[in-house]
Amino acid sequence: MIDNLITALGAEFVQLSLTPIVIGILGAVACALPGNFLLLRRQALIGDAISHVVLPGIVAAFLVTGTITAVPMMIGAGGAAIVAVILIEIVKRLGRVEPGAAMGLVFTTLFAAGVLFLEMTDTSSVHIDVQHALLGNLESLIWFDAEGWQSLLDPVALATLPPQLPRLAVVLLAIVLFITLFWKELKISTFDAAFAEAIGIRTRVLGFALVVVTAIAAVAAFDAVGSIIVIAMFVCPPAAARLMTNQLGRQIGWSVAFAVISAVLGYVFAGYGPGWFGSPYAVSAAGMIATISGIILLLACLFGPQRKRTGQRAEA
Amino acid sequence: MSNAELIAEAGKIVDVAAKDAPLTVRGLTVSYGNKPAVFSVDASIPAGSMTAIIGPNGAGKSTFLKGTLGVIPRLSGEVRIFGKPFHEARDRVAYVPQRASVDWDFPARVIDVVLMGLYGSVGLFRFWRARHRQAAMECLDRVGMADFATRQIGQLSGGQQQRVFLARALAQNAEFYLLDEPFAGVDAATERAIVAVLKDLKAEGRTVVCVHHDLSTVAEYFDRVLLINVRRIAEGPVDTTFTAANLQETYGGRLATTHIDELRLA
Repeated sequence: MIDNLITALGAEFVQLSLTPIVIGILGAVACALPGNFLLLRRQALIGDAISHVVLPGIVAAFLVTGTITAVPMMIGAGGAAIVAVILIEIVKRLGRVEPGAAMGLVFTTLFAAGVLFLEMTDTSSVHIDVQHALLGNLESLIWFDAEGWQSLLDPVALATLPPQLPRLAVVLLAIVLFITLFWKELKISTFDAAFAEAIGIRTRVLGFALVVVTAIAAVAAFDAVGSIIVIAMFVCPPAAARLMTNQLGRQIGWSVAFAVISAVLGYVFAGYGPGWFGSPYAVSAAGMIATISGIILLLACLFGPQRKRTGQRAEA
Repeated sequence: MSNAELIAEAGKIVDVAAKDAPLTVRGLTVSYGNKPAVFSVDASIPAGSMTAIIGPNGAGKSTFLKGTLGVIPRLSGEVRIFGKPFHEARDRVAYVPQRASVDWDFPARVIDVVLMGLYGSVGLFRFWRARHRQAAMECLDRVGMADFATRQIGQLSGGQQQRVFLARALAQNAEFYLLDEPFAGVDAATERAIVAVLKDLKAEGRTVVCVHHDLSTVAEYFDRVLLINVRRIAEGPVDTTFTAANLQETYGGRLATTHIDELRLA
């Protein structure tokens, strides 16, 4: 048994599974953190919107630069996300429609435009396809030069880590810094925007910053793990965490835990789960991670200690 | 001194008094879309007074408060708080929004909400500390909610939620309190508790302004009224301004006869 475990976590594990798992964790947590605030501000859909408009952004970046290297792709995706956010604001104000409708309108239109773009231009020859955009390619992010755990201390081997890993690590660090530094402001303006404005918090600037942070998380994670995980992680871990506690700080802690559990279990089940049922094939890790996060949310709905909230108020 | 100088001098004194007043508003106009919600309203709130803002639903009472504090952008008009633009006098003002304007399902305990009132004394990039918690507990005690400090805010009754909002405003330790319908949907005990706290504030020399709905309690709770129906109808002491004629003008045909009867009884 213990021998099995050592083999399972040996050199092959480091080479094939360690980096996808770590990247999965970083991407999941990077999305879950801002997701907490989006959920409480009833803006959870914005994560969905941003991850959809990434597609036309990437196609546009390819058309302009003619390459599919990471930097122009990410700039294109980030630019599209910001354009989408501005379009949502415009539709909301000029059309006088509710925010959810404005988001739905903008992101479906832009996503559809992206698909059209993709078909009309000569991009089909390169590796951009809707399948890849949705599910990413977590399993392919392996660490060729790793020879075992000792490679973690080897600068030469470390230099060959998949670039998504350090990129997501930096993005996650930036998100943690943003939330820590503006903790009071985010908390107060999310709970009571009018009061926040009156005590001098720049609520509109902060709200826009939150959306920009969300867009950065979505774009960085999308590149590594695909939009299914991005969408699921913006919503599922925070929503499940809300059912576990009545304090914002603890809610964020729970959401991080749920994101990590989803990433690890999802990857392991996708890789090894079918084998337990006698199938020689693995299933998509991205799909499994998103599914696990959904199951966690379901369990929290059924058993979470704070699930009965509304309708239980003391009588006035 | 010549008469002209005296008049000039007198004008200055009046000016200075108005300048230092907690609130001076000239021609405040706020609009949602094309229709002005508040149109060219003037107001002048003297220090140490307790003023009720009165008017029918949709008359722009809340909008007047929000426009005053820059919570919503104003189309035109000048607002002076203690003689300064609001952003320079922010620390001297406490604002209590309508209870129904926030989501009470938010993951916070009672003490967390009161701590928000101490935002100004915590500082940028810093966190709430033990002394802030102690100050927050004292404010909760003043509104009779100290025993509820660790309750989730969604589990409170409407009256208890309103007291928590008042405690948050007390934590701001301001000189000028603006409350938006603090008595809406609260129980009788809470109403008495809130009135007692507001009268204490007045006794300490602070200034209180409330958007108020219940005409029958105006004379009992307040010493001044500001009657608004998009435009300012009247402003002044309760004795001279809270009259049937002014009310009729404020409410138009909408003030039911039963309402007037109640007022007579009160």
